[in-house]
Amino acid sequence: MKDLVLSLIAEGGALAGVPFSLAAPLVMVAFGALVVFGFVLPIAGITSWLERRVWARIQSRIGPNRVGPQGFLQWLADGLKNLLKEDIIPSAADKWLFSLAPYLVVVGFIATFAAVPFTSSLIIADLNIGILYITAVTGIVVVGVLMAGWSSNNKWSLLGGIRSAAQIVSYEIPAGLSVFPIVLLTGTLSMQGIIRAQGWAPWDWFFFYNPFTFAAFFVFFVAALAEGNRTPFDIPEAESELVAGFCTEYSGMRYLLFFLEEWGNLYVIGAIVTTLFLGGWQVPAFTDNPMLLAVAQFGTFFLKAYFFVFVAMWVRATLPRVRVDQLMTVCWKYMVPIAIVNMLGTAAWMLFVPETLGRLVQFGMTGLGAVVVVVFFRRVRFHLRRANLKPSDYYYSPII
Amino acid sequence: MGTFAFLVLAALLIGSALAVVLHPNPVKSAMALVATLFLLAIVFVLLGAHMIAVLQIIVYTGAIMVLFLFVIMLLNLGDEEVPTEWPRVVLRGLAGMAGALMALQLVRLVAGAPLGRMVDAPEGYGGALMVARSLFTDYVLPFELTGLLLLVAVIGPVVLAQRRGR
Repeated sequence: MKDLVLSLIAEGGALAGVPFSLAAPLVMVAFGALVVFGFVLPIAGITSWLERRVWARIQSRIGPNRVGPQGFLQWLADGLKNLLKEDIIPSAADKWLFSLAPYLVVVGFIATFAAVPFTSSLIIADLNIGILYITAVTGIVVVGVLMAGWSSNNKWSLLGGIRSAAQIVSYEIPAGLSVFPIVLLTGTLSMQGIIRAQGWAPWDWFFFYNPFTFAAFFVFFVAALAEGNRTPFDIPEAESELVAGFCTEYSGMRYLLFFLEEWGNLYVIGAIVTTLFLGGWQVPAFTDNPMLLAVAQFGTFFLKAYFFVFVAMWVRATLPRVRVDQLMTVCWKYMVPIAIVNMLGTAAWMLFVPETLGRLVQFGMTGLGAVVVVVFFRRVRFHLRRANLKPSDYYYSPII
Repeated sequence: MGTFAFLVLAALLIGSALAVVLHPNPVKSAMALVATLFLLAIVFVLLGAHMIAVLQIIVYTGAIMVLFLFVIMLLNLGDEEVPTEWPRVVLRGLAGMAGALMALQLVRLVAGAPLGRMVDAPEGYGGALMVARSLFTDYVLPFELTGLLLLVAVIGPVVLAQRRGR
């Protein structure tokens, strides 16, 4: 970001002659606005449409396909509809807190993008405490959810808010503990620093670094899904028990803001996972052109991050919701101990495992990962072929 | 610019701190405390202590205050309904004494401050490394003792709850 500002205020740049102390915040605010309106909001909207389509595909339905090609503009139509809807505030609700709560939720989610890296130079602020900053501002979301639940003055809302608070506070601990192995390995909390410590090749990713970071990845992803109130951990808004949980009383745009956070947050989860475990924007240095390289980096980061949005959709469409006691058991009896073992194991690994053995383990684990991917796609191919068979094809063949 | 931001922040901070004490509704009082702690974190950012600011938000806003709110909402208290086992006069006297002690410390601190003699912050001030270094060298004993205290505070309720259940 600093290089970008320096190149802009240099001779012939767009901001030539402006002092650095003024140009830096100016560029930051402009880029931040561009990120929010040009990236965050469309991504959240498109994710909502894609999720409905993916679900529909998995459940053999059609899904929204009317507005635009394949229903692609459905999210714009929904947004417009909700903007024009009446904004109802229940008379028994606490008006001030009730109106404030959705904004708090959205602010907590959008603020995370200040530290999300897009390319090696494009990041709003490369804070030296980046990953902690993201954890911190995500904590504001839970205050908003609690506020929404209480101020609605409705027992379903209150129960939803309280469930959400218990869940998010619990799952913050395995998520935070799973970040520590990576911080131990890199010695930095900065998002760009963590990515720079990895390489473009899968065997240089922290995902395959050792068995402990491999496990930490899964603990982190599951905990992040739970923090984002996603199925199978969506008990705060379990529609079969609590109507809609903490957003029961909301309508129109305020209701949509909660879901903007939920869908947008999926991308944040993907971005953090990509940064910590999957090498971020790292691409092989195939060209000297900085523009081309930046585009390749942006594309790489986006594809990796969005893949996990896709995985979260599959999970939501296939798994049933867990019970409250199961939720707490999974967190405190399994995920927290596993996360602590991962942390200690990584520390021991750094001390005792020689570098050559470590390299061999990295290659071995990458190989195993490749084998798993191949087996998975063979299975997919098998099922696709089987689905296309006619009954007469397998009538006499008990094997398939 | 910095002074202006600080003045606005300080005004908001004092306002929300007063709301914590004076608001009759316990939930809104706790919400005001959330705002106070959050604004305090921004003051830390203005001072360049980024690590402390982030820890302030994670620990207080994100965890402790959420549990506070959780309990208050679960009890579903109305205005001025905080249950106490002590008479009001005693509580007010104790609070006054604690406040006076804090005020005395504050006056001593401000009186001893090197006003007008500004010193540049050292390299890496407020970063994770600096905080960690002082935490694990100069203050390692208080730090570990605080950890032990918190552990006792976690085990205590479990023991009490089991005894009562038997």
